[in-house]
Amino acid sequence: MGMTIAEKVLAGHAGRSAVRPGEYVWCRVDATSGHMLPALERLGVDRVWDPERVYMVEDHLAPPPTVEAANGVAEVRRLVRKYAITNFFEFGRGGILHQLFPENGMIAPGELIAMGDSHSTSGGVFNACVTNSAMDALYILAFGELWFRVPESVKVVVDGQLPSWCVGKDVILEIARALGTDFGLYKSIEYTGSAAAQMTLAQRWTIANMGVEVGAKFALFECDEKVEEWLSTRVSRPYAPVSADADAQYESTHHFDVTGLEPMVAFPHDPGNARSARTAQEAGIRIDQAFLGSCTNARQEDLEVAARVMRGRQVAPGVRMLVSPASQEVYRDALKAGWLEVLADAGCLVEHSTCGPCFGGHLGVLGDNEVCISSSNRNFQGRMGSAKAQVYLASPATVAASAITGQITDPREFLT
Amino acid sequence: METVYSGRVWKFGDKISTDLMVPGSYVLARRNIDPAEAALQCMRANRPDWARQVRPGDILIAGRNFGCGSSRNGSEPLKALGIAAVLVESVSRIHLRNAINTGLPTLVCPGILGLADEGQRIEVDILSGKVVNTGTGAELRADSWEPGSPPYQILMAGGFMPFFTEKLRSAGLITNASE
Repeated sequence: MGMTIAEKVLAGHAGRSAVRPGEYVWCRVDATSGHMLPALERLGVDRVWDPERVYMVEDHLAPPPTVEAANGVAEVRRLVRKYAITNFFEFGRGGILHQLFPENGMIAPGELIAMGDSHSTSGGVFNACVTNSAMDALYILAFGELWFRVPESVKVVVDGQLPSWCVGKDVILEIARALGTDFGLYKSIEYTGSAAAQMTLAQRWTIANMGVEVGAKFALFECDEKVEEWLSTRVSRPYAPVSADADAQYESTHHFDVTGLEPMVAFPHDPGNARSARTAQEAGIRIDQAFLGSCTNARQEDLEVAARVMRGRQVAPGVRMLVSPASQEVYRDALKAGWLEVLADAGCLVEHSTCGPCFGGHLGVLGDNEVCISSSNRNFQGRMGSAKAQVYLASPATVAASAITGQITDPREFLT
Repeated sequence: METVYSGRVWKFGDKISTDLMVPGSYVLARRNIDPAEAALQCMRANRPDWARQVRPGDILIAGRNFGCGSSRNGSEPLKALGIAAVLVESVSRIHLRNAINTGLPTLVCPGILGLADEGQRIEVDILSGKVVNTGTGAELRADSWEPGSPPYQILMAGGFMPFFTEKLRSAGLITNASE
């Protein structure tokens, strides 16, 4: 019987010819992040299985807002030296891990990676099985392997022609709305279809990133020329793209035609609570903060479209817009392209690359009763600060348009 | 590792996220926060003061997609508060792994919200999956783990750290636990 992408990758990494959903397998893992290095040291283990395959950065408290955080990062620097981790990125050469690590060659098609942070599903854009490992990354650091339960696979076929005013964010918000935020619970989602193929890498990346928001273990795309172009300057090791067999078995298949899709907005307090931006605009929802940042939507294309929307315009009185590129590399590209100048001239607060505002950590925390529209991935109660704040999720264009008008706005009139 | 738990029920709804269990602004932003203090922030957004009411041995039941969201370990504050077992309609993959690794039995039990009201008592056998409302006698079956499977082994060892430490010793990577 044929296998899905997840089944093939897990089988291959377990030294098996085939695996079935529900089985438990011990697999060789290709890479991980170094978030458990402090615990490894405390246990008295003095080396990792392969220092070249460990990536580390401080992105959540970047740069540190408190003395205790600063001391924590100092510890990380000591540990990466001790364990000979060369893939460590200092502030000013770093960024958010899900952008930064692939920029530095961590992920290639067919690989199995388990790493810190829930948005690890982002790596699926590279046709690799990338998922979260929290505490048990310790096992990978010591032995280079980990146990997995083979997931069921679900196919999501995205067909039709994505309108120019929509991006991957609008697609995943619509998917979450239509299917619910737990349709992918413990599953491997495979995205196919003509619109998926036509999407840019950045657009697919948003969809893979929010895989965790629909419960997915893996959120996978095919390896095509767009993926190969990305990899060509960043990965020198051999890799083998993985496609599902024609007779692979899926738990379910869902079809979407995105031809008529509108820009979407997720209302508080759930990423799946999505409606059209047009509906949101009709409701007249005033905002205090607009955030263009996070590993979900702060890539070059995202900053470019925000600059296009905001060129010659101003952030509305009473509103602040924070801009944080997903990595130093994106920041530099945006700087050279002139987009950051346009955004700064429009009255945006242009920050460095950081996770801060997305999780309510620092660099833009929300106070009581504040309303924020954000290009990030989660709007659970308290996510970006006060439990009494309201967070709406949207595409970069929608965020930028809303910053200009001071209320949630369908960006189409600004995209002509 | 205890395999039968009996305790007072706390009832939560659907989509109880890890953002609720480990709030970003109050816990994640505080890098070396004391675990006991972090535990008191658990559910502060949706049920302020709940954390102070939990007693050791209490059992939490909840609806769908328990532990959705961040990979923050929501089982850590729950266990620190004294929650002995968690029964849910469904659970996120990340949270389930964290729960097993923390040694907090967390089981999927379809229909659980209909089995008991808050304040009643239930008993759960995590090996057989049998769940009983000890007041009404109503019973359900939770999904338990295959004996010998990795999650079963880890849970029975008391969590990931005891399991992992033993593996390190067997591999000769440590000679004694220095933690």
